[in-house]
Amino acid sequence: MKKKTKVICSLLLAAAVFVLLYIVDINNTGNSMLATVLQLGAIYALVAVSMNLLNGFTGLFSLGQAGFMALGAYTFGILTIPVESRGMVYYLYGINDVLANAALPVPLAMIVAGLVAAFFALLIGAPVLRLKSDYFAIATLGFSEIVRILIGSSPLNTVTNGSLGLKMIPGFSSFFTPFLISGFCILVIVLLLRSSYGRSFKAIREDEIAAEAMGINLSKHKQMAFIISSFFAGIGGALLAMFLGAVTPTTFPVKLTYDILLIVVIGGIGSVTGSVIASFLVVACKEWWFRFLDQSMYIGAFHVPLLKSGFRMVVFSLVLMIVVLFFRRGIMGDREFSWDGIAAFFRRLFRRNRPALSGADLPAGDERNGGDGHE
Amino acid sequence: MSNILEIRDLVVSYGGIEAVKNISLDVPEGQIVTLIGANGAGKSTTLKTISGIVKPKSASIRFQGEELSGKSPDYIVSKGITLVPEGRRVFDNLSVAENLKIGAYLRRDSLKGDMEYVYGLFPRLKEREWQMAGTLSGGEQQMLAVGRALMSRPKLIMMDEPSLGLAPLIVKAIFEIIKTINEEGITVLLIEQNANMALKVADKGYVMETGEIKMEGTGAELLANEEIKEAYLGKQKK
Repeated sequence: MKKKTKVICSLLLAAAVFVLLYIVDINNTGNSMLATVLQLGAIYALVAVSMNLLNGFTGLFSLGQAGFMALGAYTFGILTIPVESRGMVYYLYGINDVLANAALPVPLAMIVAGLVAAFFALLIGAPVLRLKSDYFAIATLGFSEIVRILIGSSPLNTVTNGSLGLKMIPGFSSFFTPFLISGFCILVIVLLLRSSYGRSFKAIREDEIAAEAMGINLSKHKQMAFIISSFFAGIGGALLAMFLGAVTPTTFPVKLTYDILLIVVIGGIGSVTGSVIASFLVVACKEWWFRFLDQSMYIGAFHVPLLKSGFRMVVFSLVLMIVVLFFRRGIMGDREFSWDGIAAFFRRLFRRNRPALSGADLPAGDERNGGDGHE
Repeated sequence: MSNILEIRDLVVSYGGIEAVKNISLDVPEGQIVTLIGANGAGKSTTLKTISGIVKPKSASIRFQGEELSGKSPDYIVSKGITLVPEGRRVFDNLSVAENLKIGAYLRRDSLKGDMEYVYGLFPRLKEREWQMAGTLSGGEQQMLAVGRALMSRPKLIMMDEPSLGLAPLIVKAIFEIIKTINEEGITVLLIEQNANMALKVADKGYVMETGEIKMEGTGAELLANEEIKEAYLGKQKK
């Protein structure tokens, strides 16, 4: 495929996505589930891609994502709650004098949120990155818990409002905001991964000794991957704070990290496209499509057993197990979406259909791991 | 002829055990120097120390007159010493082209000419440019490992057992390539267990045993030496 064709295709795709989002937006009266899922999906996609940058591309298995999101969300919240309503938010403990009037516009606060998360990554990176595989995972998991507990602890009451959490955080000014911010950040990560810097991350994942022998400074590059990943996790946290409007320490439990890890695994470790697709799928399943499993149901006079609050998660876990058992490489494996790939796919499909002459009822796709996820 | 690399009194220890005990060796510019010896003699440790991956206990490593001991691996690569690590260690899930580009990671200029140069040396790699390195055969992977090292435009290339686990025919091809590289002006420091092949191509050889250098001489001298014949070339005692 020619480069020009690809650019045209990409622009068409972007336009199509925009039109679809626009349609969702104008039909969104009050609480449309579709709109909610799409927004939350976009936010999770950013965090999942940032986690994939570390886990999938640099080979550092981190479980600290929720902690960095919490740092981002709280930094953003503290800086953007309107000054006049701060008395109301901090009614119980009062607010720290320094912070009482510290307010930043939303875009700036978002960058600061990312920087604070990145700064903490820099602080803990030096000791933690010396650890290998599982130990690194445990250390980052511990960090994430420490952050959560510190945020809710009483000495920080005048900063984080303790266990009451922050509320009245400004929401999205337009329906498109989370898509634009998340899309832009993911684009930056993709460009980074395609640069020689990103290639060096992959080299570290593949073989540390060989990477070192090629002149790649291991500790510096791991540190950078950790910081960049945390920066975008912080921005993701800020987006989540905007989406929810209120955050408490319980918004960022360890489970949040696992949810994101799940998205990364289902999408395919080492595939940005996979993370994005899986993020929308997982959010839609968890928040929407599987909801009916939580309500009791009658078919005629027959009361369907098992369906009650919480059953959704049982089914979801089963689906997960199936994915892990039979589609171990996730939706995309470590491949990426590309127009060449799509073209080759259709060429193959076309070639296969012609001699068979049964066109229509041939399944759209061969037995490649879990189909192509055109969702 | 001047020495491109001079090592004096190199001591390396792994947690109290001395793997390399006070060795000194010279690598003259433009030559092939080989270091032969049995398993555990300290050959690989010596190479890893020169490339900065392992830190020596005490040493003087002078490369073109500059002291390199204690410097980081990326600095040493940038000075023109590249290691082809033992067991090839190509990046399995990256394409051949990407592997080569990583070899030139520290360079900021255009790589196009160098890619062509490597593809010229190894036409096989050109054919497999977009294939994942993990799917190549052992010999092709070794060619890729050498090609990758050449991408950093080294003055001294160090190879750690390039013949390991390869079929005899391919070993021969690899040694041909080593000669070709050398003829183009790159100094080669070669570690081998295949002493016969190594000494045949080498201008100079060192024999290492349990962390010490036991013997040195030109390739031909060592090949003719009775002790070496017995210990490394598999000749029976009469």
